[in-house]
Amino acid sequence: MTALEPVIGLEIHVQLATETKMFCGCRLSFGDEPNSHICPVCLGHPGVLPNVNEQAIVYALMIGEALGCEIAERSTFHRKNYFYPDLPKGYQISQYDHPIAVDGRLGDVRVHRAHLEEDAAKLSHKGASGRIHGSGASVVDFNRGGTPLVEIVSEPDIRSAAQAREWAQLLRATLASLGVSDCNMEEGSLRVDGNVSLRPAGSDELGTKTELKNMNSFRFLERGIEAEIERQRELIESGQEVEQETLHFHPDDGSLTPMRSKEYAHDYRYFPEPDLVPVVPTAEMREAARAALPELPAARKERYLTELDLPEATAASLAFQPELGGFFEDALAANSDATPRAIANWVTGDLVAALREQDLGEDPYRSKAEPREIAALAAMVEGKQVSHSAGKQILAKLAAEGGTAAGVVESEGLAQISDDSEIDAMIDAAIESEPEAADQVRSGNEKAIGRIVGAAMKNSQGRIDGGLAREKILERLG
Amino acid sequence: MPASEEICRLSATELIAGIEAGSFSPAESIEAWAGAMESDDLNAFLWKGVEGGAEQGSGHLSGLPVAIKDIFCTSGIPTTAGSRILEGYKPPYSATAVERLTEAGAGLLGKTNMDEFAMGSSNENSAYGGVSNPWDRTRVPGGSSGGSAAAVAGGLAPCALGTDTGGSIRQPAALCGIVGLKPTYGAISRFGMIAFASSLDQCGPLTRTVADAALLLEVMQGQDQRDSTSVGLEAPIELPSSTDLDGVRFGVPAELVGGDVGIEVGVREVFEQTLSRIEELGGEVAEVTLPHAAHGISAYYVLAPAEASSNLARYDGVRYGLRVEADDLVSMYERTRSEGFGPEVKRRIMLGTYALSSGYYDAYYAQAQKVRTRIAEDFTAAFQGVDFVVTPTSPTVAFPLGARTQDPLSMYLSDFCTVPMSLAGIPAISIPAGLAAPPEGGPELPVGFQIAAPAFGEQDLLEAAHALEMSIGFQRLDQREGEGA
Ligand SMILES: [Zn+2]
Repeated sequence: MTALEPVIGLEIHVQLATETKMFCGCRLSFGDEPNSHICPVCLGHPGVLPNVNEQAIVYALMIGEALGCEIAERSTFHRKNYFYPDLPKGYQISQYDHPIAVDGRLGDVRVHRAHLEEDAAKLSHKGASGRIHGSGASVVDFNRGGTPLVEIVSEPDIRSAAQAREWAQLLRATLASLGVSDCNMEEGSLRVDGNVSLRPAGSDELGTKTELKNMNSFRFLERGIEAEIERQRELIESGQEVEQETLHFHPDDGSLTPMRSKEYAHDYRYFPEPDLVPVVPTAEMREAARAALPELPAARKERYLTELDLPEATAASLAFQPELGGFFEDALAANSDATPRAIANWVTGDLVAALREQDLGEDPYRSKAEPREIAALAAMVEGKQVSHSAGKQILAKLAAEGGTAAGVVESEGLAQISDDSEIDAMIDAAIESEPEAADQVRSGNEKAIGRIVGAAMKNSQGRIDGGLAREKILERLG
Repeated sequence: MPASEEICRLSATELIAGIEAGSFSPAESIEAWAGAMESDDLNAFLWKGVEGGAEQGSGHLSGLPVAIKDIFCTSGIPTTAGSRILEGYKPPYSATAVERLTEAGAGLLGKTNMDEFAMGSSNENSAYGGVSNPWDRTRVPGGSSGGSAAAVAGGLAPCALGTDTGGSIRQPAALCGIVGLKPTYGAISRFGMIAFASSLDQCGPLTRTVADAALLLEVMQGQDQRDSTSVGLEAPIELPSSTDLDGVRFGVPAELVGGDVGIEVGVREVFEQTLSRIEELGGEVAEVTLPHAAHGISAYYVLAPAEASSNLARYDGVRYGLRVEADDLVSMYERTRSEGFGPEVKRRIMLGTYALSSGYYDAYYAQAQKVRTRIAEDFTAAFQGVDFVVTPTSPTVAFPLGARTQDPLSMYLSDFCTVPMSLAGIPAISIPAGLAAPPEGGPELPVGFQIAAPAFGEQDLLEAAHALEMSIGFQRLDQREGEGA
């Protein structure tokens, strides 16, 4: 039997961080009192008409440009008709056959299209099932209803769950760098659905695909797709058919269950929205969108690799994690002495670890450490004014309490010992305290030197340069 | 100070002139008309109340009350669109057209009866009962703006607002012997006008005279930020003053007026007399061809229901209006909509849903759009050779109440001559041209003459209609009754 190859495409809904809703003047809000940002238009009162938010158009243009798409000179809205309490008009206004942007590429995945639409309201179901069927009552909060959305659809170019996660992260970083969305998966301002099918490796045909929903973190995205690939593989290998359906991912146990057909199977009866005229971006709007583009993550990673000579993984994490990248750029700007590589290592290594320890998520700006001081620290270590292990202590202190690197060195007495006789005394003491290791080194086992260096560092509280200590120990025992 | 009856015999322009001349005050005018409205025995009004208009100097329409079709949202005032599903609904805002009138000083004079969601040609589809034609109370006033037309013809209001999707202003105006203007699509904002078929719906005035129609049009027209399909007119509308038709060319389309299209003999006679009158006034009459116009009704009854099926989805019992409780969501939807909508509305929702369904879209909706485009092209071509296209407004005079309720198709054919202009989005006016006896016998009834112009040609249209109106000298019902009294 030929090996099976996963074919994966992603559909991403991005809530735009505009001031107001897609088709009315209500402010966007998250977490405000339910139904406090509503008006006749977004409640679907009789006689109201939609009015396109120009900021949303500009944001969609920026997204289209950032994804290397062709921008449509003229795009139109359709009505997608279905009944649900979170859809006040009984239809969603969405772009259909003429989206605002088509045929782009991000990294190694092609972008099929990006289109504008409006978000539904928020339904909460009371009762055991958590779904509308079988719940005792449902309540609707229309604050979210009418929030501008851009839906981005990739081509099915992704071949693994890990690649799907990486690409989604790159996309998130790209969108975040544009400042057009909060891009918060947990709060739902970025929602990623996956289309998964399998086919014999090397084949051009597409197998029956399933759609995965409710994967509200990158980890869940990877896990959900992984699970679905396995489920389909087992079906196919046991001679069964994959059914085209929509599956709901359960974060608690990682399982996938089919969504009830009533909840998603519709004939949407799309037709052109007669209440809106086509979107025809002016040359000025398009120019403004292009001008507003910052350095995009893919380009930033490339620059880190070629110009700053950062290692691949470091470059990727700085380029694809906007806050981390921003912090690094700030540190770089404040720096005069350290190499970018050294600063990058401190940021992606010890600083990220400190964030994790302090439970501060992924945003280094939430720690007390100033970018300028991280740069100063990197310079001190590179200039051998403090040892690497002292550097670690300084960073921990900066992250927890703030202040300057020089101040920490001073107050903790972490400056490198530069007096040769003092160093020699400490080396001698270290050799004495590790006689076994000293014997092993003498008999040619250089590996054992580590314990002696460790002892020297410990005695000096990290105030001796490790390399120098090593040299001096070898001199004595060689 | 003239008596109420005298005030109520004035056209809107005369009324305003009277107020300006100091013959009577806005308050006296409003009071007189409020009394007239209260005497309604035609079932023309669904809500009888007066708002504003009585203040002196609040605008150039100060003292002019306007009856509003119940399809326009009026803040805090019941608005039902003739449907049970909106019974008791009070909108939190007012339609732009209504706002512009009140900002100009006009008063609001009741909300008029109509076919449910403007779907009908006889006003018999109102959930709140039919409306009598003041010329013959056993007959329909036309529809869907039947209450507005009957109110103006019956002397209950000096003028009224209506909406026209396929003929809903022009046809009732014709059947009630008054003037009805459907402006160019986009001339007046649709914001706050409850949608039936959004790409066709247009607000317009029903009035005693052509000048009155011009007066109201000028106040209401204009681009509105809340309606992105609104564009307004290129220049302000002036009160028409033409009295001749020198060199003006009128085209008669064989496809709509030919021998085989079911136009009543009496209606045809009045139409032909009017053509002769045009020539007497210096105008030219020529035959034009609108090759696809006869397919207008078929296309219309795909497109309008398709849009309606979507526009009416919002009446689901969740947020406002009628809700019939049930055990689960789908049953609540079903019961609310079953009880809330009348049979014609349900029929059109089903027609429209079908036409948009996957697998049928191309055969119905897409095809109908093509026909619509062709009809618009037909008009453009026709207007190369003539200034206006003219037809009888309705193939028949007012028909008896109940005569067509069991036969939707014959009801749909009432709009045979008005639908093509709606599909093309061009302006058209109906003016009373004479009287004709109905085929089944009985007293003579009004016949409307329809004049259609190229898009945004309202000023020329009103001038031509005015010249013809002056020459015809049609005696309105209120003028006849005034004489009889
Ligand atoms: Zn709103």
